[in-house]
Amino acid sequence: MEANKVLDAKGLACPMPIVKTKKAMNELDSGQVLEIHATDKGAKNDLAAWAKSGGHELIKHEEEDTVLKFWIKKG
Amino acid sequence: MTVQAMTAKEVTKKVFNKEAFFILDVRNEDAFQDWKIEGENFEYLNVPYFDLLDGVEEILDKVPTDKEVLVVCAKEGSSIMVADMLSEAGRSVSYLAGGMKAWSEHLEPVKVGVLKDGGEIYQFVRIGKGCLSYMIVSNGEAAIIDSTRMTDTYLDFANSIGAKITEVFDTHLHADHISGGRVIAEKTNATYWLPPKDATEVTFTYQPLKDGNVVEIGNVKINIHALYSPGHTIGSTSFIVDEKFLLSGDILFIDSIGRPDLAGLAQDWVGDLRESLYKRYRELSKELIVLPAHFMIIDELNEDGSVSEKLGTLFEKNHGLNIADEDEFRRMVTENLPPQPNAYQQIRETNMGKITPDDEQQREMEIGPNRCAVR
Repeated sequence: MEANKVLDAKGLACPMPIVKTKKAMNELDSGQVLEIHATDKGAKNDLAAWAKSGGHELIKHEEEDTVLKFWIKKG
Repeated sequence: MTVQAMTAKEVTKKVFNKEAFFILDVRNEDAFQDWKIEGENFEYLNVPYFDLLDGVEEILDKVPTDKEVLVVCAKEGSSIMVADMLSEAGRSVSYLAGGMKAWSEHLEPVKVGVLKDGGEIYQFVRIGKGCLSYMIVSNGEAAIIDSTRMTDTYLDFANSIGAKITEVFDTHLHADHISGGRVIAEKTNATYWLPPKDATEVTFTYQPLKDGNVVEIGNVKINIHALYSPGHTIGSTSFIVDEKFLLSGDILFIDSIGRPDLAGLAQDWVGDLRESLYKRYRELSKELIVLPAHFMIIDELNEDGSVSEKLGTLFEKNHGLNIADEDEFRRMVTENLPPQPNAYQQIRETNMGKITPDDEQQREMEIGPNRCAVR
């Protein structure tokens, strides 16, 4: 999937993956996609809930070994 | 204003003492709805931390200034962030050290009785998950029943009272939590007892626990009498200790009864459950003090934080023991069941020794309440 920006949040513990995602999202335009890599298991539910409450769309997520990958489209 | 860490042990005291307390839970809404810190006089506000990244101004008027405030999250990181923000806004708050992870793992030992010829029985209250385990002590020897995976707590406690663990029991194959029984037995050279009907698929050796077995500990010879009482699982076994206490496992709770469906055999086992509760238990002395393996709601705790009640009282008050009609009983325990415990199949496989998840995976598997009861 084509992302406009990739954020590496691997090794970061909650709340940092979301703090960084929010910052990275601010630099994108509506409709652009941010790809996030994280290892904190809690990121899965939290990113989904955060995207929803912020009007963004979680379009895909994958798990590769221990790395969680997310693609969020800015609303 | 300073931000203080509060331990799970300190929060447990507030639950036991029914203190007034305000919890700001900053996990996402699903996690909060599924499982939270329960207390009779606790008030709650749930606002996910990710909605507070720009500041806490919007919630300030909802956070009281005349009550102690505790900020809670899954592991602690986000609660520290939010607590710091509240502190900068002039509020004095604490956060839960270790978050819900620590809450899930905290065990509070409570003495629940003395034995006839000396010796004690302790209940280990896993307050965050509702699991209850036991240590029976007599003259320097100890037996452990339905232990959790926090094995050091039992080993340290036995050490502190100068007791050697000689017998370890599980009343049944657990589906809601990972048993520490095998590990404790390995570390202490104790005998590990399991009901064989629950252990047909286990990958390790164990001592088969059968109806009528009597195990003695200590010089004073405390009787631990096994009573076959299937229903929650096909092997479920209760214990009568010192002719005074009935350790009922997941068959009978204070305000609810065991559910027969966690191995997928509700229709097969409901008849056994009925027979255990309405026949086998009926033949026992009403004076026995029931010590279950779980509580479901915080109202089941006694004043001192322990969970126990006379069998005779439960025959009068427990709804699950007072359903005369067999079909109605069958419907109650097989229909409208609460959701199953998190990862219950993986937990069963772990307890059989089929899979060996690491500590972090075990922790994840056990997140949430126990949900072994039907009410």
